[in-house]
Amino acid sequence: MFKPKNYLALGAVLIVAVVLLSLPTHVTSRLKRAVGSWFLPLFGLASAGQQLPADLADSVLPRRELLQQIDQLRRDNQQLKSQAVQTAAIARENDQLRTLLNWQKQAPWKLKLAKVIMRDPENWWRTVQIDLGTRDGLRENLPVVTSSGLVGRISSVSFTRSQVVLIGDRNCRVSALVENPARDMGVIVAGGTLDTSLVDLTYLASSANLKPGQNVVTSGVGEIFPKGIPIGQVVDARAVEFGLYTEARVRLCANLGSLEQVWVLFP
Amino acid sequence: MNPFQTILILVAAYLAVFGEATLSAPRHWLGAQVDLLPALMVYAALNAGLPTVALLGVLGGIWLDTFSANPLGISILPLFLVGWLISLRRDLILRDLPFAQFVLGATASAVVPALKALMLLSGGKELLMGWGTLWQWLVLTAVGAVATPFIFSLFGWCSRTLGYQPRQETSFRPDREIRHGKVLKHL
Repeated sequence: MFKPKNYLALGAVLIVAVVLLSLPTHVTSRLKRAVGSWFLPLFGLASAGQQLPADLADSVLPRRELLQQIDQLRRDNQQLKSQAVQTAAIARENDQLRTLLNWQKQAPWKLKLAKVIMRDPENWWRTVQIDLGTRDGLRENLPVVTSSGLVGRISSVSFTRSQVVLIGDRNCRVSALVENPARDMGVIVAGGTLDTSLVDLTYLASSANLKPGQNVVTSGVGEIFPKGIPIGQVVDARAVEFGLYTEARVRLCANLGSLEQVWVLFP
Repeated sequence: MNPFQTILILVAAYLAVFGEATLSAPRHWLGAQVDLLPALMVYAALNAGLPTVALLGVLGGIWLDTFSANPLGISILPLFLVGWLISLRRDLILRDLPFAQFVLGATASAVVPALKALMLLSGGKELLMGWGTLWQWLVLTAVGAVATPFIFSLFGWCSRTLGYQPRQETSFRPDREIRHGKVLKHL
C-alpha cells in the first residue's frame, strides 16, 4: 500500500495543479483557449447533427407552404418598411428637439447576434459561452441581451469565443431602476441557486414603495449597461437588516435556462 | 498499465466533459448539472494503474475547468485525490460487486464537488451557494452512484469486445495423457 510510486504520482499531480493555479490570468486564459480547441471536432459534429434535421425538414417542405411563407414575409417586410419610415421621422424630430434643448445626443448601440454554444458545467457559476470573439470585435464588459431583456455581460474573450456571465451570478451586479413614481434604484445581485429566473434587487431605500409587477430596468449607472434595458418585474419586497434598506425579488424577463441566441451590444 | 483501457477511459472523460458543457437537459430536469468524472475515476482507480488515475485527474480536471469559470487546475486535485485513495485500498475492495461500485460512486461524487467548493472558497471566490446547493449536491451524489455500476458494465463490455481475449484454458494436461500401445515398466 505505501509504495514510493504512489507518493511519486501524488507529488507529480500536486506539482501540476499548483503550477497551473499559480499561473497569471492571461496565461491561463490562453491555455483554456488552447485546450478548448481540442473539442472543436465535437462542436463541429454537434452543430452538423443539429443542422441535419432542419435540412431534412427543409428538403421535404411542400412548394405551397414555401409560397405562403414568401407571401407572409413580403407583407411583414412592407409593414416593417413603413414602420422604419415612421421611426426615421421620429428620430429626426428627436434630433431637432435635442438641438433646441441643447441635450447631448445618445449614441446608438449596434447589435451583433451570437449563438450560445455551451454552459458552465459547474453548478456554482452562471456563465455561458457564445460563438463570437475578438475577431468579431468583442471585448470585455459588453452588455448581452435577448429580445426579452438583459442577459449579462461579456466576462472574457478569446479569438472565436467569449464567456458571458449571466445575471444571477455572483460576479454580475447590475445597477437597476424600478419604474415607479419614486424611480427607486438598487443593485441586482444573485438570487436563489435553483431557480434561474429569480434574482434579488437589493440596497433599495427603506422608504421604497414597491408593488408586484412593477418593471425593473437598467439605470445606466456604472457605464457597462446602457439605461432602460428591461431586466424583469418585481415579485415581492421586504425590509432587511432591521429596516435599514429594502430588498425585492425580481423575476427576469429573459429566460436564462434556455438561451440559444443572444445579442451583444456595441457602443 | 493497459494502454487500450487508458485510452478508453480518457475518451470517455473527454466525451463526458463535452456533454456536461453542452447538454442542459439534466439542469432542467434535476436542477443540477451532473458530473460523471468522479464515477469514471472510481472505475480507473479500481481497474487501471496509477498512471491512468493521474492522467484522468490532470486531463479531466483541465478539460472541465476549460469550459467553466473555475480557475484552471482547481478540479485536478479533488479528482485525483479520490482516485488515489481508492487505488491505495483497491486490493481490499470487492470491485465486482455492484453495491460496492454504487457506494464508491456516491462517495466520490459527493467528495469531489465538496473539495472543489472548499478550495474555491478558500481562494476567496464568491460562489453561488444556498439551500439549493444541498439539493444539487444530493443530485450529483445520486447520479454518480447510479452511473458507476453502469460505467463498470460498459467498460467491461468494451474490454471484452474490443480488447484482447484471455487465452482459453483447456483441460488437457500432458502428464495425464494416456499413451496407447505402451506397457508400464513396473507392471
